[in-house]
Amino acid sequence: MNNEEALFFSRALTELTLSFHIIYATIGVGIPLMIMIAQWVGIKKNDEHYILLARRWARGFVITVAVGVVTGTAIGLQLSLLWPNFMELAGNVIALPLFMETFAFFFEAIFLGIYLYTWDRFEDQKKHLLLLIPVALGASFSAVFITIVNAFMNAPQGFDLVDGELINVNPILAMLNPAMPTKVAHVVITAYMTSAFVLGSIAAYRLLKGSNHVYHKKALFLTMKLGLIFSIGAAIIGDFSGKYLAEYQPEKLAAAEWHFETEEGAGLILFGVLDDGEVKYEIKVPYALSILAHNDPTAEVIGLEEFAEEDIPPLYIHYLFQVMVGIGSLMILVSLIYVLGRWRQWQFVHSKNYFRLMVAGGPLAVIAIEAGWWFAEVGRQPWILRGIMRTEDAATSSGQVDLMLMLFAGLYLVLGVGSIVVLRRMFRKNPVEQEIADREKERVGDFS
Amino acid sequence: MTLEIIGISVLWLFLFGYVMIASIDFGAGFFNAYNVIFGREHVLTTVIQRYLSPVWEVTNVFLVFFFVGVIGFFPKTAFYYGTSLLVPASIAIVLLAIRGSYYAFATYGSIGHKGYTFMYGLSGLFIPASLSIVLTISEGGFIDMVNEKPVLDYFELFTSPLTWSIVVLSLAAVLYISAVFLTWYASKAGDVKATELLRKYALIWSLPTMITASGIIVELRAHNSEHFNRIVDLGWVFGLSFLLFVGTVYLLWKRRSYGVAFGLLAGQFALAFFGYGVSHYPYLLYPYLTLYDSFTNPAMAISLIIAFLMGLGLLIPSLYLVFRLFVFNKDYVQGKEDYHA
Ligand code: HDD
Ligand code: HEM
Ligand code: HEM
Repeated sequence: MNNEEALFFSRALTELTLSFHIIYATIGVGIPLMIMIAQWVGIKKNDEHYILLARRWARGFVITVAVGVVTGTAIGLQLSLLWPNFMELAGNVIALPLFMETFAFFFEAIFLGIYLYTWDRFEDQKKHLLLLIPVALGASFSAVFITIVNAFMNAPQGFDLVDGELINVNPILAMLNPAMPTKVAHVVITAYMTSAFVLGSIAAYRLLKGSNHVYHKKALFLTMKLGLIFSIGAAIIGDFSGKYLAEYQPEKLAAAEWHFETEEGAGLILFGVLDDGEVKYEIKVPYALSILAHNDPTAEVIGLEEFAEEDIPPLYIHYLFQVMVGIGSLMILVSLIYVLGRWRQWQFVHSKNYFRLMVAGGPLAVIAIEAGWWFAEVGRQPWILRGIMRTEDAATSSGQVDLMLMLFAGLYLVLGVGSIVVLRRMFRKNPVEQEIADREKERVGDFS
Repeated sequence: MTLEIIGISVLWLFLFGYVMIASIDFGAGFFNAYNVIFGREHVLTTVIQRYLSPVWEVTNVFLVFFFVGVIGFFPKTAFYYGTSLLVPASIAIVLLAIRGSYYAFATYGSIGHKGYTFMYGLSGLFIPASLSIVLTISEGGFIDMVNEKPVLDYFELFTSPLTWSIVVLSLAAVLYISAVFLTWYASKAGDVKATELLRKYALIWSLPTMITASGIIVELRAHNSEHFNRIVDLGWVFGLSFLLFVGTVYLLWKRRSYGVAFGLLAGQFALAFFGYGVSHYPYLLYPYLTLYDSFTNPAMAISLIIAFLMGLGLLIPSLYLVFRLFVFNKDYVQGKEDYHA
């Protein structure tokens, strides 16, 4: 295998592993918070349903965590196996947040074990809820730290490179790079958003399938309210991410917007296809790109013409950007209308078709996560460390990457199918109606 | 103490932690499978499940901590080990992934049949075998530099007696450590049948552990005499380790104080592990890489050490809590409490 092939397969394997891990990781970041909120609401309102909701979510969560942990271990090792040159350089500057992440994992893993095995062990439910705080913190901080590493790849700083030698390394400055604030905030809030819609999907699915239990209605209302808050947050922070790009990675923004020439008062291209370098079937919103980039309808936005051919990322990232933003906007609408509808008693939000829309919300949010990451990572190409190291110089020289790609593809297939089968069985075998009835009986038993 | 020494000591300590708790886990899976297949079902299953369920994820983090830490403190290892270990490390990852996730699937999702139990038990032996290859490679002689790139010589690796004795040692040690710990755990749970069975396994595996460990020292003499000489210089450490080994076997034989027996075993392995580590100094990979020329810059090293100290501040109380709630809690261990979600 020559080096070009090693590079190609290394990229493919990284893409595959990250795209798979990110599904479970995103859910892993958001769900502990959702469990916490449900349990808290349950304690506050003294409502068994919310407590049971928390408990059932927690059971499912264990399965997704397991897959998150093992695929995370895979990507952690693969970074060194596939990109040894990159890790050697980056290890010198950005190892600190990676190292801190392992502590976040530790913290999460320990308390998750305790939380799962202490249901009903405490007289006071609140004590049990307290155990969940470190789980949620650990999970969110894993996302924060790993995203800091990724932000560094987009806007490296905190060192000087003199004749190939790294000097004046400042790990804290490297962590506080300009990409960090928007990136971390956007990743974390979209993880919360996705988790809310994924859980909402499940509730909507049960209602669609004919269950009329208040348990599912409460679950759906709660998750849609949370989804609404987080999706609005995601859009606002996403807008800040656009402004960050305009300032620090203008080539990524320009490629995503098919903005070829530098101009003032630039318009935003929606949809469209690229045919031989010509944009067709698009909708152009005047001044919108200048507003997105600089909050000023007349501001100048840098176009692709100012960059060398070999420094421009692939132009297909436009579609990825559209998918992400499109789904984000759609989900704001879906959850807003549902919440308003419940409040103002609009009948159509209880119709089968509207349930179908909400069932789709979970998978759509996951697609938005995937599109967002592909956009961010492909948009950084040809660089692995923007301005410092090209992806092609970072890859391994090993000859067996193609075999490994097949090996891991098989692994992810097994894990993906396995986790879905197990989750379905878990909840089939123990339907919520049954569990509610059992708990009722138990309680009556206590009193007599 | 230099920063390099602090760094490697921290990492070695965590690797030791991983070796101990992962061995318990791997061995437990194997013993369980062995019994299920030969029809003595459920003698061990409850004891093993009780112990493993709340801690399996923590085990994995020890490994993650180690390899992330190595890249942090010694970034050049990414170049040498990362390039040459693609295949063995990938195989280990796949095994770890299947094992870890199917453990969760089975325990929490209650799927499970014999075939799965069997795979689970077997993977527990393949993982230490494939991970131990890294130690073999570090002894040098298996990596060649081709066009300034490290390339692993598989033929040399798999025909070397050193490789195979390290593999056998890792297997014997896994089963021995696990059996001694579980003997203690089962006796605390008051499960007489399981205790007796595990005690028997512990005694069976004690001898192969010692024999292969000694054999490796002899083989090193031919393979890497520099390392061998340093081991001889540190002879007293290994001697002490041997005495602790004798103590463990004696207590097991006499059916006395299983807790102390496990304590002695931990001491035995700690001495041997650190003795081996110290004698390996200063090489991370003979003869290409030492602690010193692969070390990160001082600014990073200091910030990693500070992060580590702060991390320990979080970790030690939390680990203490786990042990108090599950491992040292009589009611939990004996199965009187069941509060699983
Ligand atoms: C549910 C998922 C989701 C949704 C609905 C959105 N995003 Fe997003 N976006 C992500 C999930 C995501 C992400 C997966 O979290 C990314 C990928 C890398 C990153 O930093 O975050 C991302 C990256 C990302 C970037 C690139 C940042 C960079 O490369 O540094 C921009 C400019 C935006 N987003 C903007 C938006 C806007 C204006 C949205 C309006 C609704 C939006 N996103 C919705
Ligand atoms: C520590 C943080 C990260 C590192 C070191 C890293 C590293 C890399 C590398 C080396 C590549 C190969 C470049 C290429 O394929 O052209 C890449 C691409 C990619 N990464 Fe990242 N990445 C990080 C974070 C993430 C995260 C968190 C995701 C989310 C899932 C992600 C998703 C991707 C995707 C989808 C690609 C493919 C891009 C392409 O086709 O070119 N990355 N990343
Ligand atoms: C290059 C990118 C990434 C690397 C190297 C990486 C590494 C890892 C590792 C090693 C683990 C296993 C830890 C354990 O043993 O407990 C893990 C799990 C996890 N990762 Fe990733 N990860 C990456 C991307 C991400 C991203 C982008 C997020 C969040 C948005 C994330 C969030 C998590 C979470 C929350 C877990 C814990 C498992 C769970 O709760 O589901 N990771 N990751």
